[in-house]
Amino acid sequence: MEILKPAMAGTLESSDAQVTVEPGNGKIELSLESSVMNQYGRQIRQTVLETLDRLGVTSANVTMVDKGALDCTIKARVECAVMRSCGKSEASIPWGGMIK
Amino acid sequence: MIPRPRPERFRLRRTMMFMNAQKPGLIKDAYIYGVDSIMLDLEDAVAENQKDAARFSLYHALKTIDYGDTEVIVRINGLDTPHWQEDIRVCVAGGADGIRIAKCESANDVKTVEAAVEKAEEEFGVEKGRTLLMAALESPKGILNAYEICAASERMFGVAISGGDFRKCMQTTPQRDGIDMVVARGQMLIAARAAGIQCFDTVFTNLDDQEGFEAEVRQNKAMGFDGKSLINPKQIRYVHEVFAPTEKEVRQAEKIVSAFRENAAKGLGVFTVDGKMIDIAFIPGAERTLRLARACGMYEGDLV
Repeated sequence: MEILKPAMAGTLESSDAQVTVEPGNGKIELSLESSVMNQYGRQIRQTVLETLDRLGVTSANVTMVDKGALDCTIKARVECAVMRSCGKSEASIPWGGMIK
Repeated sequence: MIPRPRPERFRLRRTMMFMNAQKPGLIKDAYIYGVDSIMLDLEDAVAENQKDAARFSLYHALKTIDYGDTEVIVRINGLDTPHWQEDIRVCVAGGADGIRIAKCESANDVKTVEAAVEKAEEEFGVEKGRTLLMAALESPKGILNAYEICAASERMFGVAISGGDFRKCMQTTPQRDGIDMVVARGQMLIAARAAGIQCFDTVFTNLDDQEGFEAEVRQNKAMGFDGKSLINPKQIRYVHEVFAPTEKEVRQAEKIVSAFRENAAKGLGVFTVDGKMIDIAFIPGAERTLRLARACGMYEGDLV
C-alpha cells in the first residue's frame, strides 16, 4: 500500500501506542519511543516492521510512541494508521487476509 | 491465534460487562474479573471518528487474547448508521461468540443482521450458524415488538433492555422502586420466556449508590431475569451472589432430578418428594438450578 497522506491512530494512554505515518522517500524510516524500550524495544520495532511489510508498505516515515502496548495493539494501530492514510480504513477491510 | 470453541446458545449469563473495544488497557485482560460474558462495545463508547480504529483493535484482541470460558459478545452500531455492516464483518472474521444488535425495533432488524452475519460467515469460512445474536430493546417500539424480535431467529439467545434510551423515550428517570421500567421489563420478560430465550436487565450507572444497585439486582432476580448488564467490575460479585441458588434449593433440585430418573426407569411419571407432587414439568427448572449451582461452585454431582 502506498502512504498517500499523513495519518495517525492510537492514543497515549497506558497499554496503547500512537502511530503516525507520513509519505516517505523510498524506504521505511521508523522512529520509536517507548516506556519499555530497554526491555522490549527490539521486539516492538520488529512487530512494526513486519506489519508494514505485510501491508506492502515500502516507503513511509513512521513515528510510534508506545505506552506498553501488547503486540496485538501495536499491529492494530499500525494497520489503522496505514489504512487511514490510503482512505481505506472504514469498509471492506481484508480481515484475515492482509490484516491478520 | 486463539480458536474459540463453538458458542453455546444457552449458557450461564448472570453478568455481562461492557468494555470499550477501542481501549487496549481494558480489553487485554477482561477475562480476569470472572464475569460470565464481556460485551466489547463498538457503539456508544467509541467516538464517531474512532469506529475504524476500534475494529482493528477488536479484531486483534479476538484473534490473540485467550478469554477462556468468558463469553465474548460485541455490541455493534445501529442499523441507522454507516458502520454496522463492517462491524458484522469484523465480528465474524474475528470469531466473536455473539453480536448484540443495538436499538432493535422489529423482527426485520434481526433478519437484516442475520443475513449480513450469514454472508460474512460465508466470506470468512466460518461455520454457518456459529455466530449468535441478541437484541437490545431501547425504544417503546422495541418493547411492543419484543415477542417477534425474540422469535425472529434460531441464532437469538437473549434480549436486553437498555434503560438510558428507553427512559428518555418514556420521559422518565430511574426510580428507587423501579416503577419507571416495570411494565417494559415485564413485557420483555414475558416475550423472552414465550420465545424460549434469555432475558437481561439494563446497567445501573450510579456507581456511588451501592444500595440502589443492590435493590435493583434483587428486583431483577425476583422478576425472573437471567442476568444483568454491568459497567464496572465491582458490580459483578453482588449479582453472582444474588443469582446463586440457595443451599436448600440446590438440595431440593438434586432430590427431584434423581428421584425423577429413578421413577422414570420404573415407569412412574408422577411421585412425591418431601410431600410435594413432582412430575416432568419440574425437571427443566430443577436442572437449571443445578447448572447454576455448579457455576457458582455449590454443586459437584453428575446429574447435569
